[in-house]
Amino acid sequence: MGRIEIPLGPQHPALKEPANFRLYLEGERIAASNVALGYNHRGVEKACEQRTYIEDMYLIERVCGICSHSHSSCFISAVEEIAKLEVPKRAKYIRMIIGELERIHSHLLWLGVAAHEIGFDTLFMYSWRDREVVMDILAMLSGNRVNYAINKVGGVRRDISEEQKEQVLKAVDILEERTRYYIDIVYSETTLIGRLKDVGKLSYEDAVRFGAAGPVARASGVDRDTRRDDPYLAYDEIPFNVITDDHCDVLGRTIVRAKELMESYKIIRFALKNLPEGDITTRSPRRIPAGEALSRYEAPRGEDVHYVRANGTDKPERVKLRAPTLANWASITNMLDGGYLADVPIVVAAIDPCISCTDRAILIRYPDSRNENLMDWNSLRKYSIDFYKNKGFNAKNIRMNIK
Amino acid sequence: MLLSLFYIFIFPGFLFLSIYGLLLEFLDRKLYARFQNRIGPPWFQPFADFIKLIGKEAIVPASAEKIMFRILPAFALASVSAVILYVPLWSTGALFSFRSDLIVVLYLLTIPTITFFIAGWVSTSLYSTLGSVRTLTQLFAYEVPLFMALLGPALLAGSWSISEIASFYHEHPLLILFNIPGFIVAIIAMQGKLERVPFDIPEAETEIVAGSFTEYSGRYLALFRMTVDIEMIVLVSLVAAIFFPFYAQGNVALGIVLYLLKTVILVFILALIRSLMARLRIEQMVKFCWKYLAPAAILQIIVDLLVKGVL
Repeated sequence: MGRIEIPLGPQHPALKEPANFRLYLEGERIAASNVALGYNHRGVEKACEQRTYIEDMYLIERVCGICSHSHSSCFISAVEEIAKLEVPKRAKYIRMIIGELERIHSHLLWLGVAAHEIGFDTLFMYSWRDREVVMDILAMLSGNRVNYAINKVGGVRRDISEEQKEQVLKAVDILEERTRYYIDIVYSETTLIGRLKDVGKLSYEDAVRFGAAGPVARASGVDRDTRRDDPYLAYDEIPFNVITDDHCDVLGRTIVRAKELMESYKIIRFALKNLPEGDITTRSPRRIPAGEALSRYEAPRGEDVHYVRANGTDKPERVKLRAPTLANWASITNMLDGGYLADVPIVVAAIDPCISCTDRAILIRYPDSRNENLMDWNSLRKYSIDFYKNKGFNAKNIRMNIK
Repeated sequence: MLLSLFYIFIFPGFLFLSIYGLLLEFLDRKLYARFQNRIGPPWFQPFADFIKLIGKEAIVPASAEKIMFRILPAFALASVSAVILYVPLWSTGALFSFRSDLIVVLYLLTIPTITFFIAGWVSTSLYSTLGSVRTLTQLFAYEVPLFMALLGPALLAGSWSISEIASFYHEHPLLILFNIPGFIVAIIAMQGKLERVPFDIPEAETEIVAGSFTEYSGRYLALFRMTVDIEMIVLVSLVAAIFFPFYAQGNVALGIVLYLLKTVILVFILALIRSLMARLRIEQMVKFCWKYLAPAAILQIIVDLLVKGVL
């Protein structure tokens, strides 16, 4: 077989969200690859500027279905920093507990997706069954399985009672036992290791060069975790380890995520035991004084960055969000090149992509492949008119009667 | 003449095969689901799927070769259904048998795989083409170990006829203990033949959508799915006839119960393997087959030759 070009996406069973991969194959090996985003641009940043801070909370929470709490916490800490609000300690702890529960739910979801990509459906079903435990706990604590809406400017909406504490601890025990089993599988199951080892290699140098974030960077030996390096909420009071691994491949990313689950259980136990007494919220102003802040948050997928500029009204002047997937996106072609076609789904899944969170813009290039420039507005308009003319549809012939 | 037609179309021919094939598919799916801690489908789910697929619109791609695209499913179904006539089911004698029918059966069992390859090729879509290339690559890897695993017991029995092999082992039941390596090789190679995990590489849904069948829909796809179901019974019956030669001679009812029991046990093993592993890559699969499976099959032949020399 000669060199063939395969389009993977925007619609493909391996992709949960639209993205496009252009793969140039030599047999089953990938000679070159090209990735494109831009199918899911939602204009979240602009929409935020047109709404009040309270409405923005709902919007930001819906940037991502999985790490919704990460985005809303990240945004809210930027807003609180501008408004110079002192958030009660108990609220900080509750935010942290929800954040870690979210990390557990996200990592278990990822484990299932990754197992499905390599055809190991039993592990997929098991890990998603266990994920129900943490989903139920989140529903009990916040009222929702996803989009918990626990944050509000200046605190949290709901308190954690003593009975809830006990139930969470019980669930964490179950999850810890299951996670030990998964770690055991990852270290011992031959076909699983065969599919994950030496796949999607990303060396330490490349991980630093491409600015990889989260478990992808940590699996390449980059010791980087916002929770420790730039503590937010109450992470500076909590002992936990940053998990790194030197496999530099998909197996390493799996191990890092599985072990991070164990750390999350430790954090939740510690936080629940040392949950400070006091209020869960403070009074917050509707108008945020002028100022700007950049806030960082270690989401399950990596570092999430939000920038907010306030101008003294009840609406932000500018909101900029960078989802962790964007940081990892640059390294994908590097991981794909030289690999097998069969490994593309798992390599892409291994960065735990969240594509609609990442999409911030659409770039439209000229349809002929030689011209790599971006299309300007006039040529785009001309192109669309010609496109419909070719289909036998001429806009000039349409007469509309508007009364 | 009438009896032959009954054999071909009703029992154990096409009608029995379709119904029992769908029931075994249900069993496979249910067991797979239970192993995964799911509830699984109700018993009529495969029947419902089949009927619904038959009623759906069958789309033939504009660039495909129309005639080939349409006749291939029927071709595959016919060739697997024919096999059952030569395999002993409830007694040691098959309905039809002649010298060296084992070779014909193995040949007939290769036809559906070749059909999948051609079906993917004439569909002309990228994913189909890739799937069909993988089907063929995989065929070269598992076919030789599978053949050798079945030929070993035949060497020991001194016959190329499945019926004679079955009656030989029925008379010397202890000799099947020498065929255990061959049985293991046959079970693993069957996973490849049936394109199931860990060897479901040609139709890996997360990589190449549905492989050869990507462009198939409606009744053509229904026939292909039926082919795979029937292929499973036929292979399971063949392995049961050669490696589990326990029959109730003269008692047809007990013989049929024994036959059903044997097939159910084999499907259980197949479902267990399927739920325990991840899918391999094609080059890992080929390496595994030639490095471990083929030597194990050769070992089987050597063991059988030695035992035959001693006896």
